[in-house]
Amino acid sequence: MKKGFGVAFMLFLVTAGTVLFHVFSPWWWTPLASNWGYIDDTIILTFWITGVVFVAVLGFTAYCVLRFSYQEGRRSEYKPENKKVEWWLTGLTSLGVVGMLTPGLFVWNEFVSVPKDAAVIEVMGQQWQWSYRLPGKDGVLGTTDVRQVNDKNPFGINMKDPKGRDDVLISGEDLHLPLDKPVKVLLRSLDVLHDFYVPQFRAKMDMVPGVVTYFWFTPTRTGTFDALCFELCGVGHYAMRSKVVVEKEGAYQAWLKKQQTFAQSLRAAEKQSGAESKVASAQGSGNAAGGGSPPLVTGR
Amino acid sequence: MADIVPTAAEDIPSAEVAEVDLYHAKSWWTKYVFSQDAKVIAVQYSCTAIAIGLVALVLSWLMRLQLGFPESFSFIDASDYYQFITMHGMIMVIYLLTALFLGGFGNYLIPLMVGARDMVFPYVNMLSFWVYLLAVVVLVASFFVPGGPTGAGWTLYPPQAILSGTPGSEYGIILMLVSLALFIIGFTMGGLNYVVTVLQARTRGMTLMRMPLTVWGIFVATILALLAFPALFVGAVMMLFDRILGSSFFMPAIVVMGEQLSYSGGSPILFQHLFWFFGHPEVYIVALPAFGIVSDLLSVHARRHIFGYRMMVWAIVIIGALSFVVWAHHMYVSGMNPWFGFFFATTTLIIAVPTALKVYNWTLTLWRANIQLTLPMLFALAFIVTFVNGGITGLFLGNVVVDVPLSDTMFVVAHFHMVMGVAPLLVIFGAIYHWYPLMTGRMLDEKMGKFHFWVTFIGTYTIFLPLHYLGILGVPRRYFEMGDTSFIPDSAQDLNAFITVAALIVGFAQLVFLYNLFRSLRHGKISERNPWKAASLEWQTAAYPPGHGNFGEHLPVVYRWAYDYGVPGAPDDFIPQNVPNNAVAESHAEAPSAADDAEAPRT
Repeated sequence: MKKGFGVAFMLFLVTAGTVLFHVFSPWWWTPLASNWGYIDDTIILTFWITGVVFVAVLGFTAYCVLRFSYQEGRRSEYKPENKKVEWWLTGLTSLGVVGMLTPGLFVWNEFVSVPKDAAVIEVMGQQWQWSYRLPGKDGVLGTTDVRQVNDKNPFGINMKDPKGRDDVLISGEDLHLPLDKPVKVLLRSLDVLHDFYVPQFRAKMDMVPGVVTYFWFTPTRTGTFDALCFELCGVGHYAMRSKVVVEKEGAYQAWLKKQQTFAQSLRAAEKQSGAESKVASAQGSGNAAGGGSPPLVTGR
Repeated sequence: MADIVPTAAEDIPSAEVAEVDLYHAKSWWTKYVFSQDAKVIAVQYSCTAIAIGLVALVLSWLMRLQLGFPESFSFIDASDYYQFITMHGMIMVIYLLTALFLGGFGNYLIPLMVGARDMVFPYVNMLSFWVYLLAVVVLVASFFVPGGPTGAGWTLYPPQAILSGTPGSEYGIILMLVSLALFIIGFTMGGLNYVVTVLQARTRGMTLMRMPLTVWGIFVATILALLAFPALFVGAVMMLFDRILGSSFFMPAIVVMGEQLSYSGGSPILFQHLFWFFGHPEVYIVALPAFGIVSDLLSVHARRHIFGYRMMVWAIVIIGALSFVVWAHHMYVSGMNPWFGFFFATTTLIIAVPTALKVYNWTLTLWRANIQLTLPMLFALAFIVTFVNGGITGLFLGNVVVDVPLSDTMFVVAHFHMVMGVAPLLVIFGAIYHWYPLMTGRMLDEKMGKFHFWVTFIGTYTIFLPLHYLGILGVPRRYFEMGDTSFIPDSAQDLNAFITVAALIVGFAQLVFLYNLFRSLRHGKISERNPWKAASLEWQTAAYPPGHGNFGEHLPVVYRWAYDYGVPGAPDDFIPQNVPNNAVAESHAEAPSAADDAEAPRT
C-alpha cells in the first residue's frame, strides 16, 4: 500500500463523514413559527458556501498527503510564492464573504426595523421566573422604576403614572399572543442578565437591568412553545422556564379578558392585607416579586 | 523576494554593540528554581500550565458526566456544575493556553530562534513566572474557600457574578478577580521581554522577514496581549470595587429576591465591552502562536518551504490588527445598540479573508512536497481539519443575524472548542513532539504518540462535531440539565451520553501522553542532533540540547530565511539559516561547524 494512504484515507473519511453527518443528522432546527424564515435561509446559504470550501480544502489536503508522501531522495518543489494563485484565492474568498455578509446585513436591517403597527408587550425577567405585561385599554405601557418594586407592585410600575393602572399583568402564567400580528417585545430585568428565547421564533435579545431592550417578530403558527432563559443568570438558570401560546384572535381576546390589571391587583392586595395581613406577607409574593420563591436547587 | 534569496556573507553587517554578559547561576537554587534562563523559565511555565490544565481536564469530565447522565450523580448539584464550567473555561483559556503558548513556547523558542543568548530582561522574566505561579495558587485557593470558586461562567458577567444567586459570590469571585489581575501583571513582565527580545536581540542577519513564523506568531500575539489585557485588568479591578467597596461601575439599581440593593447607575454592558475588548484579541493571542508553530511544523516535516511566507507574515499582522475592532460580535444579542451589528459583522467577516489565506498557504505548502508523516505532521494535519471546521462555524456566528438564533446555544460551545480549544491544543501536542528532543535530547515514544494522536484527533472531532447540531436544534449552553423541553427529542440525550463517553476516552489518551512525557525523560530513544533536519536556528546550537547562553562562543550569523528546504542544487534537502552560500556547496552535514559558533557552550 502506498505510504500515506492510511492518513489520507482518514482525512478523506473525516471530510466525507462530516458532510454525511450534516445531511443525515437527526438533530436540526425546530420548525419555524415566526416571520424569520430569512434567518434560516441565510444559515442555509452559509452552509453551502462554507461547505464547498470545507470539502475543497480538506480534499486537497488529503490528496497532497496521498500524492506527495515521503520518498527517499526526492526533492520538494522550490517555489516560495505564486502571486497569481494567491490573488485568485484572495478574490474568491472575498467573493464568498460578500455572498454571506450581504444577505446577512439585509436581514439584520429587517431585524432592527420594527414595523410601525407592531403591538408592544413587555417581558420581565428576574431570578428565576418570567412575568409579562400588556398595555391596557389605553394601548400604552406605564413607566416603571426598579425602586418602586415591592410585594404589592412586583413590576415596579410607576404609581404616579396613570397609564400604568390598566396594564395587564401576568405572573407565573403562560404568555398568549395573537396569530399573525407583529409584536415588539420590550425586555426588562430586575436583577441580572436574562434572555427570553423561544427557539421556534428564532429571535432573541438579552435583558439587562437598568435598560429596556427589544426585539420583534410575527408569530405565524398556532401552538404552545417552550420559552427558556438563554443568558446565564445564576444557579437556577436552567429552570427559568415559561410557555408562549400562539392562538387565533378570538381565543386570544377571550384569554385577555380573564387577566388582571395593575389596578385590580392593587385592590386585591389591599383587601387581602386588611383581612389577613400576616398570611399575606408570608405568601403574597408567591407568584410575583420573587420575594418568597426560594432558590430552586440549593439544598438538593 | 529579495529577502529570501540567499545573500552573500559580505552583506551581513558586523555587530553594533558588544554583548551583555549573562547572569551566571551560582547555586542549584538559582540554576533550577529561581532561574533567569529563559529555557528553564519556559519549562517552569509549561509544567505549571499543564498541571493546572489537568484540573481543567478533570472539571470537564465532571461536567460531561452531568450532561451525559443527568440525575445520576448525587455529588454534582447545579452550583457545582456552574463552578465546573466556569473554572474549566477560565483555566483553559488563560492559565493553560495563554501561559503555555507565550510563557512556555515563547520563552523557549524566541531567544533560540532569533539567535539571542536569552531574553533581554532575564530577571523580570523570572519574576514573570513567579507572579504567574502566584496567580495559579490564588486561583486554586478559590476551590477551598467557603462557597467555593465562582460559578458565574468564564465571562464573569455582572451583576450576576457578584450577587448571591451565583455560586462563589462570597469569596470565589474575589479570588478569581485577584488571580486575573496577578496573571496580567505577571504576563506583562514576560510579554515586554518577548517583544523587546524580538525587536532588539536578533542576531546579525536575522531580519524580521527571515524570522520563523513561530516567532512572528508569538511576537504579534504578545503585542495583542499587552494591549488587550489592560482592559480585562481594569474590568477586574472595577468589579472588585463593586463587590467589596459597594461602588456601582457595572451595577444598576437592582432588586434581588425582593430586596432592594444599594447599587445604582452602573452599566452591566460596560463590563461586557471591557471583557470582550480583551476577550476577542485573546482568541488570537492563542491562535496566532498556533498559526506560527503549525507553519513551521508543516514546513519542516513536509520538507518544503512554507508557501507564501510574506503573505503569511502580513496575514498574522493584519489579523492581529483587525482583532481589535471585532470584539462586539460576542455581544450581538447583549442589548447594546443593535446598529453596532452592521459594523462588527462586517469587520468580523473581513478577518475571514486573511485567515482563509493562511489555511490555503498551509495546504499549498504540502503541494509537491515530500511529506513525512511524523507525529508533528499528523498533529499539524489534524489542526488543519479542526481549524477549518471551527473557522467556518465562526462565519455563522460572526454574521450578526445568523448569530441571533445560535448565540448561547451548544453551537457556540462547539465552535469555540473546535477553533480555540482543540485546534491550538493539537498544535501544542505537535510542537511538544517536535521540540521535545531539543529540550531533553530524547525522542518521545512513537507508539504511544500514535495512540495519543488518533484518539485525540478522532475523539475530539466526534465530541464537537455533533454538538453543533444540538445547538442548531436550540439546546442552550450552561444548562445544568434540560429537564422536559418539548422541542428537544430523547435522542439528544443519547447523543449527550455518547459525547460524554468520547470525552472520557479522549481524557484517558491525555494521561498516556503525560506518561510518555515522563517516561521518555529517562527511557526515550536518544535523539541525534537535529533529528528532523530543520533549518531554523534553535537546532543549530553548539551544545545539544542547548545550554545556558544558547549558542557557543560566537552568536550565529544568519544568511537566509528559515525555510530553505529542497533548494535546487544544494547537496542536502535543507540549508540551515546560519550556513553561508559559499558553504552550501560543501556538505553541511555538520551544519553548526560551518558557522562560527562551534565552541563549547558558555555555561
